[in-house]
Amino acid sequence: MDRSVRTVLSIALIALVLGGCGTTPKPPKAPETSSPAHGAMTAGIDSDQALQPAPWENPTSPIYRRVIYFGYDRSDIPSEYVPLLRTHADWLARHPDNRVTIEGHTDERGTREYNLALGDQRANAVRRFLIAEGVREAQLDTLSYGEEKPSSPGQGESSWSRNRRAELDYQGG
Amino acid sequence: MYRSLLLLLALALGGLSSVRAELTIEVTGGVEGAQPIAVVPFGAAQGLAPPVDVAAVIAADLARTGRFRAMPTREMLTTPHRPEQVDLREWRLLGINSLVIGEVVPGSLAGFQINSVLFDVFSGDQLAALSMPASAAGMRLAAHRLADAIYEELTGQQGVFSTRIAYVTVEAEGDGRRTTLRVADADGHNPQTTVSSREPIMSPAWTPDGRRLAYVSFENGRSNIYLQELASGRRELLASYRGINGSPAFSPDGNRLAMTLSKDGNAEIYVLDLITRELRRLTDHYAIDTEPAFSPDGNTIVFTSDRGGQPQIYRVSSAGGTAERVTFRNDYNARASFAPDGRSLALVTRVDGRFRIARLDLVRNDLQLLSGGPLDESPSFAPNGSMIIYATRHNGRGVLAATSVDGSVTQRLSQEASEVREPAWSPFVE
Repeated sequence: MDRSVRTVLSIALIALVLGGCGTTPKPPKAPETSSPAHGAMTAGIDSDQALQPAPWENPTSPIYRRVIYFGYDRSDIPSEYVPLLRTHADWLARHPDNRVTIEGHTDERGTREYNLALGDQRANAVRRFLIAEGVREAQLDTLSYGEEKPSSPGQGESSWSRNRRAELDYQGG
Repeated sequence: MYRSLLLLLALALGGLSSVRAELTIEVTGGVEGAQPIAVVPFGAAQGLAPPVDVAAVIAADLARTGRFRAMPTREMLTTPHRPEQVDLREWRLLGINSLVIGEVVPGSLAGFQINSVLFDVFSGDQLAALSMPASAAGMRLAAHRLADAIYEELTGQQGVFSTRIAYVTVEAEGDGRRTTLRVADADGHNPQTTVSSREPIMSPAWTPDGRRLAYVSFENGRSNIYLQELASGRRELLASYRGINGSPAFSPDGNRLAMTLSKDGNAEIYVLDLITRELRRLTDHYAIDTEPAFSPDGNTIVFTSDRGGQPQIYRVSSAGGTAERVTFRNDYNARASFAPDGRSLALVTRVDGRFRIARLDLVRNDLQLLSGGPLDESPSFAPNGSMIIYATRHNGRGVLAATSVDGSVTQRLSQEASEVREPAWSPFVE
């Protein structure tokens, strides 16, 4: 960096610091009643029921666990997750107004487009299972992110095993 | 005073951040006995102030190939601009093989004209006399085109310095990430944003005329394929079927787009006729079929399929028919694309758990490993077939690397504070 530019920068930085020390009075903070930015939504709570979390967000609910994990380059549902998926199927069959998007994900190994297809296969495996268990097709949607949205950013099997997954994303009815 | 200082600070910081958004290229390995070349700083006609150091751009282009060693300006004894000022004996004594001189003069077409001469120092021959019009804004490109011509004269191979590279960068933004598809000159300069999103962007693919890019964007919440004209930014939604919409790849004439859709149940290859808009399914298998790529004659499509139990490369006529397996070595082969001469494929292969870039010679059926892994992907040939650019990791960060097809010359392309991935080398652009 040029010396004169550096000098100007240091002076400017000092000015900033001084400014931050309160030599310039700040305008009083406006009360936070403005409309939310970036498309955020606000809503009033109109009944006591709304204070209850949705069943899929309630840790005591049987459908609170919403992630199943897969073997490497596999899209068959491991047997240990069959009881969990049956619980979801039962709940969805009893709540025909609720919908769920099944998100398929992979770990980072292998090519991105192959993984996009693999995530799609995983989501579809879960979808077929739920339909076989009595869930109506109209309640189900699938979405593959491939390796693009890892839940664990690290490298190595402990991260990879957490990223090879399907997530059930419920929408209210 | 205070305000003007802040303005200066903002300008200074703005300048820094624009430098950071550029790819920087380091040569990480070169050939033995790179050819010594001198590119003498170009002269300028009286009163003319060329905005670009043309000689520096040419010297950097040639040096980046690893095949040339550019002489530092300070070691030059004289700085001739015209042939009559050159004393070749002096350059022979300095051990220089090739000499480039030139000057920038007023031009009637675009404001400037660049005249340049290439000498073979030992024979004394003028190998080329080049003249190129240039506007102020187009002077870097003109310099790259001069470097292309010099490279071709010296190696017999068309240069790729005036081509471009599309790539995806990912930066942290708030509690999420911002993904940006960029296009930069082949030397990393002049990066332009094509599209940017808080959702993933994948798989850029050039149209054969180099004017448009197809890509996959999740900005609507799902994988959709867009086709965008680079100059205007105008774009079209090409595919938004149920399921995945991925892997766009153009036919060599630009009239067809191969892609992967799972609208009929699982990932299959489809070909969209861009003129009639007819969509035709090419594969039909319960396994994954994806990553299509056309052969240079447009008659064949290679793709990745795990129909044999693990991902391997298959080939099928682009008119449809029975697919035949192409790769047999290693238990994971994917993302193949043809070399411009159609005689080899670049692909990702797994060896001992490491994903590496390899080149498969289709004539001799010989697989040559070109990178070390462990998570290398997205290989893309330079349009002259001399280099393959791909995505790799360096010090825990996503960067790009390029290697000559014989593996002898390697480069690293990185961007500070960003993940860089999914490079796609442009075709030759007129």
